[in-house]
Amino acid sequence: MSEADNRLVAVLGSIPYARFLGITAELAGDEMTAILPFADHIVGNPMLPAIHGGVLGAFMEMTALAQLSVAAPLKRQPRTVDVSIEYLRSGRPLTTYARATIKKLGRRVANVHVEAWQETRSAPIATLRGIFLVAPTED
Amino acid sequence: MSETNEQSRLIATAMNEGSPQARALGFATLQIGEGVALLKVPYRPEIVGDPETGVIAGGVMTTLLDHASGQAVHAALATWTSIATLDLRIDYMRPAIPGRDVLARAHCYKITRSVAFVRAVAYEDDPEDPVATAQATFMLDSSAGKKAGANLKPPKATAMGTKPGAAT
Repeated sequence: MSEADNRLVAVLGSIPYARFLGITAELAGDEMTAILPFADHIVGNPMLPAIHGGVLGAFMEMTALAQLSVAAPLKRQPRTVDVSIEYLRSGRPLTTYARATIKKLGRRVANVHVEAWQETRSAPIATLRGIFLVAPTED
Repeated sequence: MSETNEQSRLIATAMNEGSPQARALGFATLQIGEGVALLKVPYRPEIVGDPETGVIAGGVMTTLLDHASGQAVHAALATWTSIATLDLRIDYMRPAIPGRDVLARAHCYKITRSVAFVRAVAYEDDPEDPVATAQATFMLDSSAGKKAGANLKPPKATAMGTKPGAAT
């Protein structure tokens, strides 16, 4: 495994709430896909049924944090300053995927965009834009 | 308690006990009525975001604020209608205090024909010293014509035209 792989596994394994939701990730080179398997306990609306909007937001925020860990070694976990989430389609009882794009990784702040989808990559179910405080290692 | 508040209380109970994620996180509604909802998430090690500090994950705040905001919308409506979050913006002011339960107070301050506007704040003791604040908009009558179990079927061929809504 590459160093980035190790950092990714360490980050996701260290976040209890990521384990609680069942989030995993796959890395192909520097491109990471986060995976949220469907499970009953992530449902928000049992009638449709639909995944809880908060869970989708949490999943995309963690995708951003994981992508930041892949991009560079950080002294500590980045701190979320703010997130802006758009809900585009209902989260159906299926596996959900997400990918994050780091728009800018500065000395103190990182700007990250995330998109989540299910069966069709071109029809995302939700997007997130987040600002994170980062503390990169000096070396 | 007015009839509307009684109805809001029933909806809140259904949303906390009927929603598996809300149940998994242990959400409880402490107050509801007049467009305002006050919810609590009990502290548990499983919902921590940073094990070095023991601080609850930001994502739990997202779920709590979304859930509380949805209940505030129901508490502002005279009759029940399906709702779905359109967008949600969360500002994180400070880490939650490790070991403490977190409260979220949401206020639905404006309702139009199609959209509800909500502000919410998460805190331990004092809403003036928030962990996070949120601003959300909700689509009203979001599942118009959608029957129970609608999400079990694949979406219609017009993939780009399906309705929004990760309904809570």
